[in-house]
Amino acid sequence: MPLAPEAGRPLPITAPPFSEYRLDEAYDEMFDEAGSPRPPYATIVDRLRRVPMAALEARQAAADRAFLNLGITFTVYGNDAGTEKIFPYDLLPRLVTGREWATIERGLTQRLVALNLFLKDLYHEGRILADRVVPRDMVYSCRHFRREMVGVFTPRSMYISVAGMDLVRLPDGQFAVLEDNLRVPSGVSYMLTNRQVIKRVFPELFSSYNVRPIDHYGQALLATLRALAPQDRPDPTIVLLTPGVYNSAYFEHTFLARQMGIELVEGRDLFVHQNTVYMRTTGGPRRVDVIYRRVDDDFIDPLTFRSDSRLGVPGLFNAYRAGNVAITNALGTGVADDKALYSYVPAIIRYYLSEDPVLPNIETYVLAREADRAYVLDHLDQLVVKAVGESGGYGMLIGPHSTAAERERFRAQILADPRNYIAQPTLALSRAPCFVDGRVEPRHVDLRPYVLYGDRVTIVPGGLTRVALRRGSLVVNSSQGGGSKDTWVLE
Amino acid sequence: MLSRVADSLYWMSRYLERAEHTARVVAVNLNLSLDRMGPDGQSHRGRLSGSLPAPPLEGLTHSFALDDPSPDLANRAAIAACLTAARENARQVREQVTSEMWEQLNRLYIEVRDAPAENWTTQTHEALTSIMEGVHLFQGVTDATMAHGEGWHYIRAGRFLERAGNTASMLTAHFEEFLGRSDQPIALDEFVEWVGILKSACAFESYCRYYTADLRATRVAEFLILNADFPRSIRFAAGQVEGALKAIARHTGRSGGRAERLAGRFRASLDFAQVDELMSGGLRERLRDIVRQCADVHAAMHETYITYPIAASLAS
Repeated sequence: MPLAPEAGRPLPITAPPFSEYRLDEAYDEMFDEAGSPRPPYATIVDRLRRVPMAALEARQAAADRAFLNLGITFTVYGNDAGTEKIFPYDLLPRLVTGREWATIERGLTQRLVALNLFLKDLYHEGRILADRVVPRDMVYSCRHFRREMVGVFTPRSMYISVAGMDLVRLPDGQFAVLEDNLRVPSGVSYMLTNRQVIKRVFPELFSSYNVRPIDHYGQALLATLRALAPQDRPDPTIVLLTPGVYNSAYFEHTFLARQMGIELVEGRDLFVHQNTVYMRTTGGPRRVDVIYRRVDDDFIDPLTFRSDSRLGVPGLFNAYRAGNVAITNALGTGVADDKALYSYVPAIIRYYLSEDPVLPNIETYVLAREADRAYVLDHLDQLVVKAVGESGGYGMLIGPHSTAAERERFRAQILADPRNYIAQPTLALSRAPCFVDGRVEPRHVDLRPYVLYGDRVTIVPGGLTRVALRRGSLVVNSSQGGGSKDTWVLE
Repeated sequence: MLSRVADSLYWMSRYLERAEHTARVVAVNLNLSLDRMGPDGQSHRGRLSGSLPAPPLEGLTHSFALDDPSPDLANRAAIAACLTAARENARQVREQVTSEMWEQLNRLYIEVRDAPAENWTTQTHEALTSIMEGVHLFQGVTDATMAHGEGWHYIRAGRFLERAGNTASMLTAHFEEFLGRSDQPIALDEFVEWVGILKSACAFESYCRYYTADLRATRVAEFLILNADFPRSIRFAAGQVEGALKAIARHTGRSGGRAERLAGRFRASLDFAQVDELMSGGLRERLRDIVRQCADVHAAMHETYITYPIAASLAS
């Protein structure tokens, strides 16, 4: 079926593969407003004009095959139980200049340090609540606030050791934070394998750029985890706790365990004896010191949290409270990435660090606030409404693309439970060139760098650029037909 | 190594061996039934069913229809269930097996899963052959690409425990009938069936090299139970199981345990057995004893390495 030509301005270059490339109000990663290539992309544009499309298609096929053979799949929930799919991959790299990266790095470091202080305060003295910077009821009504964590001392006062913050680029070219993802962020394995694959299929292009390496992520993560081990355990046993083979990110869990050379365990492999955690090995029980958990709070200990969980370890929370095992991310970090509390993060940064935020937030209407609610209900057709408790692109209303019936349904849901919803303006996410049907066309992208925090904050220069592969779509989540591409941070 | 991982590797290997054994018994039966459908076809089929291990899925049985020489779909389901169980076990420990092993197992599984049902009836022989070859290939790939460390020894233990048990049950099912006439040359009308027994253990050619094509029940029993070098004899399998358990004990620093001792006794009881004693002293009892010893070794191994009681192991 021939697609309708896309709205927007054509480029000055109308030759293939750019004949269908259109510019609109969104920031274009490759071309400036006048339609000439931005300096870092000049080499790529030049190469694309010279290379025959058939050669590009062959490389795309080679890349797809590489992913298949590596077995890089994820599980889609909601259709047939446990369908394995390959994560779609786009061939063309997304470039981030050294200067842009410096800002991102500074901004994310600042944000993570502040959020960590926020959690420590929240679960101990609660100064920020007493000072009325963040409203008490917002915190206590958050589903991810864990009363059980109040007064618990975490190793090195660390709560968030692994974060995957979602950045978007606004029409003015500035990066802003869209979401913080402080619980069990995933996708880092795609960042790493994307790089492996592109080096294989585009070696000459890769070497013509000065791309900063990301391959040390596994080592950096291991160092972060080691920093959390109990003081009296000089040679700590570190494990990665996975919910198991049916989890959508299982591939990533096996990948990371291999990269770090640590044991991949499930809840049933661990047990707690006298507030100490052991794993059951063929050589007998072995003490576990640090758990990098990829299991949600709710499921981690049936004695403390959901009693119907079979993924967790009975008694784990008590061992954690006794300081005999480090668990990261800590329990209860979800309160800091609540979509409604998100709107308070700039205030949180100012409160703890006395600095202005380096990276701005997206304007957010918190529907628990009456004025916000009234405005949003009047403008449902222009805004994006999100349920605060959902992630992965589920439970979302994209106003301009919605039907009247969908808007009515959301209106009723909002009125029934306003605390559960927020709204944001429909963002014109920046667009990056993608290789689609033998042409190069722009698609909306975001960027998720992975931030580690053990002794200090470490960010490997790169991240997962997620792509909304359907033309015009704004949803980049893998569960909703999104794909990814490699991200090159230049020197 | 995590106990769960060891358990998965062990069962992956067992189920593959079971799939292969089932496929071969069905294939041999198909050949036999082309040769002769005599008046005692019924008892022949009964013996066949009796010699097959149970598929890992409730409600599945083997069936050999009397009037239709092509194997019933139930056998296909049984083989497919074994392959599914093997793959599922491998998937649980995907990071512990090599990519080559995983790809081969996955390919075999997908091939059987996606093959149309009519292939089974129209090209039964090809279908069965490709399953057997697929398993052989997997076993070869395993030996060639995986480190021969602790995990590999669980795979080895699973393969040979399963094999010893399968050979013993197959012999039990067939020898019931022929006992008492053990040392005579075999009558012509039974010859085909004895060839079938040997072929069910991949043993016909090797047997001939040892004893020529002169088939006698005693020699068949000796070859399949006591031969030291033939990889499908029970004695050979017992030696492999013992070797695997010794290696595992060494890797885990738990030498001298019950599993190791039981495996050693099992192997020794076959090393020093005489075939005439077997034949005169109740072959049926002896075979039943072998099956029981396999179960004992399996149970001891589980209790030592996988489901050991926690309190006891922490106290020591």
